[in-house]
Amino acid sequence: MTSTDVIVSARQALWEPDEIGEPEVTGLLGRLSAKDIDTGELFFQLVRHEAWGLEDGKVKNGAFSVDRGVGVRAISGEKTGFAYADNIALPALREATEAARSIARTGHGGGTGVLTGTTAPVRYADVDPIASASEQDKVDLLRRIDAFARSLDPRVSEVVVRISLDCETNLVVATDGLMSGDARPMARFDVMVLAEQKGRRERGVSGGGGRFDAQWLFNTDAAEQYARDAVRMALVNLDAVDAPAGAMPVVLGPGWPGVLLHEAVGHGLEGDFNRKGTSAFAGRIGEVVASKLCTVIDDATLTDRRGSLSVDDEGTPGQRTTLIENGVLVGYMQDKHNARLMGTASTGNGRRQSYSYLPMPRMTNTFLTPGEHAPEEIIASVDKGVYAVSFGGGQVDITSGKFVFSATEAYLIEAGKVGPALRGATLIGNGPEVMQRVSMVGNDFQLDRGVGICGKDGQTVPVGVGQPSLKIDEITVGGTAS
Amino acid sequence: MKSIEPSPAPVDSETLAASLKDMAARILAEAKRQGATAAEVAAGDSSGLVVSVRKGELETVEFTNDRGFGVTVYVGDRKGNASTSDAGPDAIRETVRAAVNIARYTEEDPCNGLADAEAMARRVPHLDLHHPWDIDVPRATERATETEAAGLAYDDRIVNSEGARVATARGCQAYGNSHGFLEASWGTRHSTSCLMIAADSNGMQPEDWYIVGRDPADLEDHVEVGREAARRAVGRLGCRPVKTGSYPVMFAAPVAAGLVSHLLSAISGRALYRRESYLLDSLGRKVATEGITLREEPHRPKGLASAGYDGDGVATRAKTFIDQGVVTSYILDSYSARRLGMATTGNAGGYFNLDVVAETRPVEELMRDMDTGLLVTSLMGQGVNLVTGDYSRGAGGVWIAGGEPRHPVDEVTIAANLDDVYKGILGCGDDIDRRGNIQTGSLLVREMTVAN
Repeated sequence: MTSTDVIVSARQALWEPDEIGEPEVTGLLGRLSAKDIDTGELFFQLVRHEAWGLEDGKVKNGAFSVDRGVGVRAISGEKTGFAYADNIALPALREATEAARSIARTGHGGGTGVLTGTTAPVRYADVDPIASASEQDKVDLLRRIDAFARSLDPRVSEVVVRISLDCETNLVVATDGLMSGDARPMARFDVMVLAEQKGRRERGVSGGGGRFDAQWLFNTDAAEQYARDAVRMALVNLDAVDAPAGAMPVVLGPGWPGVLLHEAVGHGLEGDFNRKGTSAFAGRIGEVVASKLCTVIDDATLTDRRGSLSVDDEGTPGQRTTLIENGVLVGYMQDKHNARLMGTASTGNGRRQSYSYLPMPRMTNTFLTPGEHAPEEIIASVDKGVYAVSFGGGQVDITSGKFVFSATEAYLIEAGKVGPALRGATLIGNGPEVMQRVSMVGNDFQLDRGVGICGKDGQTVPVGVGQPSLKIDEITVGGTAS
Repeated sequence: MKSIEPSPAPVDSETLAASLKDMAARILAEAKRQGATAAEVAAGDSSGLVVSVRKGELETVEFTNDRGFGVTVYVGDRKGNASTSDAGPDAIRETVRAAVNIARYTEEDPCNGLADAEAMARRVPHLDLHHPWDIDVPRATERATETEAAGLAYDDRIVNSEGARVATARGCQAYGNSHGFLEASWGTRHSTSCLMIAADSNGMQPEDWYIVGRDPADLEDHVEVGREAARRAVGRLGCRPVKTGSYPVMFAAPVAAGLVSHLLSAISGRALYRRESYLLDSLGRKVATEGITLREEPHRPKGLASAGYDGDGVATRAKTFIDQGVVTSYILDSYSARRLGMATTGNAGGYFNLDVVAETRPVEELMRDMDTGLLVTSLMGQGVNLVTGDYSRGAGGVWIAGGEPRHPVDEVTIAANLDDVYKGILGCGDDIDRRGNIQTGSLLVREMTVAN
């Protein structure tokens, strides 16, 4: 399917049920085109969602939802007017348009005549994850994975399995007459287990997904692999000892620990904070902000990845943007609004949770490129420290630069060897400082398995992270052992 | 509790409530028609205005407007759920069909079903939750501008701003089920918030502050919001490192509520029946220091979390979850209650106004008691494991030595097991933060590991 086909089918799905056509839409854009309004757009969206959940050995929960609506935005200088409607009927569209343009002081300027479809490479198949497997197959899969996880070890006492499938269609029409659309599948599978031993209980979690349909769960052993991983993590943690406390070297494993990049540098390089001068990285383009081993990229163009976008939520094609090159800050992630105010172009990072939220600069798939060290070499270089391979999530204070991320599977390193498992501990540091202390980068690059959710200003969007193994010479580990 | 005369709701409110109830009734009828043996529906309609100002200029005007409903159908002991933002007749039929279809594939669970009919709220108290704010965009802009200006003017070291925001929302929620229970309730929520940035040669420090309430007449002076954000941001300048070790830790009131929330999560039905709590089988057991009682007051007039009935339609009632440190009640909805072989506590959807009841003391006195340790004013990250009680989070705050505040502290972690934390609470401040569902003063904990 080409991007032109995507636009045609998006128009059918979003406009036809309410008998909306090009004349109605151009009329609304005309209302948005007041003299002192620089730009404006209508974002039409339809999301269907289905999820099934198993716990206590039974498929107990299933849910289906449909959300369909339009968000209307008008921008005048630094001012934004925004309104939305949860249906696509013309009266609601008119009302939202009038509300959004209320920031304008002048009457409408006539504006848009014809809509022109834009083209962009398509980064994932136009498939419907919900329809890609029958209900029976989905619930049978959950039961099979439950039985499989329990069969792996008698200490497994509880298993929760979830499958979550989304099918999104959107269409963006802007006051410049440009129209773009996207058909975005999303699938996700999660396994959570509890293992019990001598009165102690520990959790293990694993999962994966991406912009494809549910067939990977049936055609490969991915689901079994997630179950194995969750069970392994829970069993490892049954023997975990107290984590150390204080500043020390930390080696991060490949893949999902790339949460480090997302928190330590990613958010701080989003255009809005840099336009406002509220990021610890503001005004630092061209400066060294990380060790020279660090090249960090945000890439929406990766095929089928959870954070990938053919076009972003403002209709800009997804791009590959280098943020840090050999330690030097070279670029920010931009949406249209911040790019315009900063005199640059959007990098295709304009994203929104749904039609009822304003777009803003967000990450897509953010990763650190591979280095030259074997992971064993990196671990062997540490006398006493922590080896962390899985994380429960992180948070950053963009202005001060401080960030945390919480290890859920970690080990002590003693005399260059991986030792006992450690109880969960939070790591805390300052983004620019910690990135300068990256002293070894591995040759074992991995992307995460596709479970990342990023929250900003009350909005969540799916994202990806990735990295090879790497060593941070010093970061504070929040354990309890002295 | 003193009785409150219901204030007459505006006509459009009553019309909207009636139409939501009517829609809920039609959905329940449709569920029955399609073969559901029982059903419940929640429908909502809310609207609001959010205006933000930054550096004295209007930044965004957002009109919010959210509608939709969710229906749960039971076919025997099987369950299915569906929801939509669309409220047309086709959507009702299609959404119910989706829910019934799901119930064909889920498995029988004898704990499923509506709460028992006799537990339904019979008389819903008037809680005085609906106080619309007659504020338009120009006046909201003016208020936000004044809030921010007060912060910017507070101190020379305030160098930047993320702006001030004025928000108002009103909404109606209807809930009905096939026992014949059908109610709708109105509520409003208004807030003003501000985020200021202070800087010195070591970099920038942001801090925010907000006020929130059901009734605009009850909101404190908005100008003070800007000043407080600025005061807090300036207070973050000059951070110095501390030595890693074990110290007394005091959670300032705004973050103490979060600490209490983990204890409540650990005695909540879902965590208990899934065995994801370190407090399994804790009824009657001491889980916190004797001085701490956790009491729920669901019928508090104008309360931010007040409710006359819970998400199952069950009557809410005042009760104590933890009395003098001992668990006296779990926090249960009808499903989790059946899973645990107990009765619902009227807490579907959570707890409704939770007070930490303790003998409170001035915070200065608690500082003197702690002598040397950390006063935590901000927390970061998700490092709370309810299964084991392991707690490790990023923190910032103020170093206390000799019972006096000495200097701000940043980029440290605090860690301990929650069981030791709650049993080691030595005192509660009289500085009760009333802005949230959980209302508590500052809490002093005997010992945690502070790492730097």
